[in-house]
Amino acid sequence: MSETNYLDGNAAAGSLSELFAVDLTAAIAQCNGCGHTAVFAEAHVFVDAPGMVARCPGCDSVLLRIVTTPNDTYLDLRGLTYLRVPNS
Amino acid sequence: MERTAIRRRLTWQVGTVTDVRRETETARTIVLEVPDWPGHLAGQHLDVRLTAPDGYRASRSYSIASAWSGSDSSTIELTVEQVPDGEVSPYLVDVINVGDPLEIRGPVGGWFVWKPEQDGPVQLIGGGSGVVPLRAMLRSHASAGSTTPFRLLYSVRRPESVIYVSDLKELASSDDVDVRLVYTRDAPAGEPRVGRIDADVISQYAFKPEDGATTYVCGPTPFVETVADLLVAAGHDPARVRTERFGPTGDSR
Amino acid sequence: MGIVSPGFTGRRRSGTELPPGQYLTREFPVLSAGPTPHVLPEHWEFTVTSETGEKYKWDWAALMALPAEEITKDIHCVTRWSKLETTWKGVSLDTLLADVETGADYAMAHSYGGYTTNVPMDDLLDGQSWIAYEYDGEPLDPEHGGPARLLVPHLYFWKSAKWVRGLVLSDTEDLGFWETAGYHEYGDPWKEQRYAGD
Ligand SMILES: Cc1cc2nc3c(=O)[nH]c(=O)nc-3n(C[C@H](O)[C@H](O)[C@H](O)COP(=O)(O)OP(=O)(O)OC[C@H]3O[C@@H](n4cnc5c(N)ncnc54)[C@H](O)[C@@H]3O)c2cc1C
Ligand SMILES: [Zn+2]
Repeated sequence: MSETNYLDGNAAAGSLSELFAVDLTAAIAQCNGCGHTAVFAEAHVFVDAPGMVARCPGCDSVLLRIVTTPNDTYLDLRGLTYLRVPNS
Repeated sequence: MERTAIRRRLTWQVGTVTDVRRETETARTIVLEVPDWPGHLAGQHLDVRLTAPDGYRASRSYSIASAWSGSDSSTIELTVEQVPDGEVSPYLVDVINVGDPLEIRGPVGGWFVWKPEQDGPVQLIGGGSGVVPLRAMLRSHASAGSTTPFRLLYSVRRPESVIYVSDLKELASSDDVDVRLVYTRDAPAGEPRVGRIDADVISQYAFKPEDGATTYVCGPTPFVETVADLLVAAGHDPARVRTERFGPTGDSR
Repeated sequence: MGIVSPGFTGRRRSGTELPPGQYLTREFPVLSAGPTPHVLPEHWEFTVTSETGEKYKWDWAALMALPAEEITKDIHCVTRWSKLETTWKGVSLDTLLADVETGADYAMAHSYGGYTTNVPMDDLLDGQSWIAYEYDGEPLDPEHGGPARLLVPHLYFWKSAKWVRGLVLSDTEDLGFWETAGYHEYGDPWKEQRYAGD
């Protein structure tokens, strides 16, 4: 049974754009759990939750979390080995 | 300096509704005037944030339905399909009026986009409101005078649910654009097939794997899931299939 | 910057019977931060690990053999919905922890799928929490945390870990999945302890 409760990595673009001037959804991301390397837009993003959680399409481990509180934004990138962004 | 070249962090800004257009009984297009709009790529979206008098807030994502030409530079369009019992979509479809402010954050998303300079034919597959960013790509194709072959497969419940009816007619008159509607509940007279997009529809109407097309699939999550699986099963390279899931809203079309 | 959206009220909120900032729902919204684990009861296991490393295990049959309680409680989700008088069946943590030798002050709940949340021991005991396996007279659906979830209804509902598989007891307070990302370490809905520092 395939899951239908997630969105694509694109859906995180708005929250990420408040933090970064480059578009990270088109960056290449490597999963710290299994090494899966793909464009971040292919991550599975769960938004029906207290925060936004992006997971690896290969192994489901957490790549990134974003929680917006009234005063701050928490960004957890522990699950990413790296993000590769082209120089412009 | 080209305005799109400015890299900056985004935050919420206020646009003003300058026009609204009914598309169907349940969908409406909102024209927004956004001061200093930086321009956008076809397929990008923005986030909309609503605030109640007591400070309560709700935000959702909406695709930009219009192409950016640079000349009508500060005007964008959104098209919203009302989700029963939804919190935000009924407000945008039935409540907001010309002259009202609307808070937005965008444009965002650099992956589910089409650029006129991009190589290879383009296959668009949309379900329900998933046609919105695809319409922006078709508009951008037209306004750039591109001769890249475009095909749109658009799945709708019935003829009355089609949004952008006149627009699609106009776009389909181009030699480079093929528009095919798939009806899942009721078809118009003369259209024998009723049913969801399946392997037959894909093999009959979509570009073949060897055509080297980039495919954009957009709509409710179950729709996107099904179509992406069909494409991969038909031999399409998953790396050339780009998806935009709108969420689990309602049943798949 | 802030504007008010003319004519927007959002889902109806307040009502004195609800904690501040909550709205009432009749649905049972499904929140998920990941794919839904599908754990069959015959593969389910619950492990309590004490602060000395001692392990205590229950399989499904052992859980079913324990005295169960019918529970009717209001639940409050930090995403602002509240649902009144929800009915559950489950085993009290008092029962499960009765023979566990511990002086620990804190517990970390662990779930299938990797989720964690921290709860003080004082909030798990004295009839305040359960391992629930029925909702509304039916076996608990996987999307609501079945086969079994932690139920700590006096705290925000993220503390009621779905798909629970164990508790790790400790003398020190560690933070769980949401608590490490800006949510309050305790989460009392009546004090509106949503975020760290509230
Ligand atoms: C990148 C992106 C772009 C988007 N672009 C567009 C666009 O251009 N046009 C557009 O109309 N929408 C678009 N959407 C969808 C949009 O963001 C909202 O999700 C949609 O408008 C519904 O919001 P709502 O507040 O009205 O509904 P919500 O209040 O969010 O609730 C949805 C309703 O649907 C019901 N629901 C929730 N889950 C399910 C389920 N699994 N099955 C059945 N019902 C369910 C709930 O009961 C609830 O009442 C886009 C989404 C994304 C992520
Ligand atoms: Zn991985």
